[in-house]
Amino acid sequence: MGGIARLSMFKLKRDPADQPNSWRTDNLPAWGLFFVAPWIIGFVAFTVYPFFASLYYSFTNFNIINLTPRWIGLDNYVELFTADPLFWTSISNSIRYAALLLVFATVFDIFIAYLLSQDVKFLSIYRTIFFFPVLVPVVAASLTWIWILNPRFGLMNGLLDLIGIKGPNWLASPNTAMYALIFIGVWGSGRQVIVYLSGFNDIPRQLYEAADIDGASGLQKFWRITLPLLSPQIFFNVVTLIIFSLQSFSEVYIMTQGGPANSTLLYAVNLYNRAFRDYAMGYASALAWIMFLLILALTLLIFKFLSGRVIYER
Amino acid sequence: MAVLQPAASGRRDMTDEERNYLLLQRARSLIKHAVLITFGIAFMLPFVWMISSSVKPNIDIFEIPVRLIPKSLRLENYIDATNAIPFWQYLWNSTYYTIFATIGAVLSNTFIAYGFARVRWRGRNVLFIIVIATMMLPFQVRMIPLYILFARIGWLNSFLPLIVPNFFGNAFYIFLMRQFMMTLPKELDDAARIDGASEWGIFWRIAVPLSKPAILTVAIFEIIHTWHDFIGPLVYLRHPTKYTLSIGLRLYFTQYGAEWGLLMAAAAMFTIPMVIFFFLAQRSFIEGITLTGLKG
Repeated sequence: MGGIARLSMFKLKRDPADQPNSWRTDNLPAWGLFFVAPWIIGFVAFTVYPFFASLYYSFTNFNIINLTPRWIGLDNYVELFTADPLFWTSISNSIRYAALLLVFATVFDIFIAYLLSQDVKFLSIYRTIFFFPVLVPVVAASLTWIWILNPRFGLMNGLLDLIGIKGPNWLASPNTAMYALIFIGVWGSGRQVIVYLSGFNDIPRQLYEAADIDGASGLQKFWRITLPLLSPQIFFNVVTLIIFSLQSFSEVYIMTQGGPANSTLLYAVNLYNRAFRDYAMGYASALAWIMFLLILALTLLIFKFLSGRVIYER
Repeated sequence: MAVLQPAASGRRDMTDEERNYLLLQRARSLIKHAVLITFGIAFMLPFVWMISSSVKPNIDIFEIPVRLIPKSLRLENYIDATNAIPFWQYLWNSTYYTIFATIGAVLSNTFIAYGFARVRWRGRNVLFIIVIATMMLPFQVRMIPLYILFARIGWLNSFLPLIVPNFFGNAFYIFLMRQFMMTLPKELDDAARIDGASEWGIFWRIAVPLSKPAILTVAIFEIIHTWHDFIGPLVYLRHPTKYTLSIGLRLYFTQYGAEWGLLMAAAAMFTIPMVIFFFLAQRSFIEGITLTGLKG
């Protein structure tokens, strides 16, 4: 695999000739701009404009009755923090969902990838199986899971019956719905297995052999060799999983619509309801901005605390 | 014990230590496979259940205890499913959306990434950092203003809001392709320049052919993404003739929730193209995910 120099998602490639005063830098920017132009146009139209428009809308009353946005200052934000219980419910649901999914998916995926990295036979079959859920369209998967979790005729409780357990009504009980969704999230995290597997495969064998000679135990090898050398993959997966799970929408919207009793009302579902069910566009924009700031803060925190521990070169 | 066999036989018995080692190895391998097979079956069960339910007659669907292998087959579920919903219309809409979104993503991102990877110009790195930064922006922030913008220019209930932005690049794909293009040898460009090739010629004749693996990766990711896409069509497509399979299937479920045989047959027909696609492009799939920024 060559794995000498590795770059993670967050470590950019450098162009060695990219120094000031290099003879090449006097290239006219014209060609560069020519190629990059589509991105610049799209950036202005589909990112910069909506970014500022959404900030503006968040300070306005803008809904199905007031079709032109009317400036109301911080009112949306004040309402959101002081008078909207669903805001707090959804924020705590989303954090719980993201945190639990992160823990379970990371531990499970590293475990499976570790087993797959041990020269197993039929590797490509196993790999396909664990990746398979990624291929099932989210609507097809969600409907199938609703049917599996059907309390009377579903597969899940049918299997539990075999061992004498009476399963709950998974998606209709506030005690189990969230865990069912997290379980389904772990089932769908096969991309991460592939990423971890490539990380395991890049760890040079000699390191383990050297550790064996030094009499290291299995656990020591795991903490001192495997985990540090897997850190780029862990970092990448953790960051992307947090960002994506905080924005999770489709599965939950299809399977529970946030219920029962708002126990699975994730932030993005609440936001969608406000925007496209209640047509409270101004209010929903304020929700979107809080979400953006939350994700930004979390990402920066992770970068600050984790990126220093990531080992890229070996 | 460890008795050496006569040299003539060319073999010797294993020592106890060797034998124990081998046994241990075999036991470990057995446990490994047992764990992998258990989880593997658990991971495939939902799909098996989908297929199994899709061929069961209605009486067998609601049978207790549950039966994974159907006792009687009713393949007509598949035909009925295509009649219960305008299946072919939805399938065509999903296909149309996927084809044009993928064309847009492949063309624009290859083009843009070349500008960031192979042409040197002032401001390039600053701009590239902005590209990366846009990945942090949640879709929800842009969703509302874009919806209002597209509503005002009359694009609602058409595929334009879903397809047109794809022709203007996507941060993640630009990043992926740039990382790939930077690994191509510079000497090729220089040689071509000496031979009088223009920047366009280098892009078209050298960068594009050599970047095929990365282009394929972008195409694969985009095909999966659009085929699965739920929130995009949910926001922009409100007219039943424009529904994709995602939206149509969910609508059918909300209206006829208990028709599990037909629903699972439709879900299977929605899933199977992705499965075929995966087996056709399996290597590129796995390499693509590995390439997602984790390889230098």
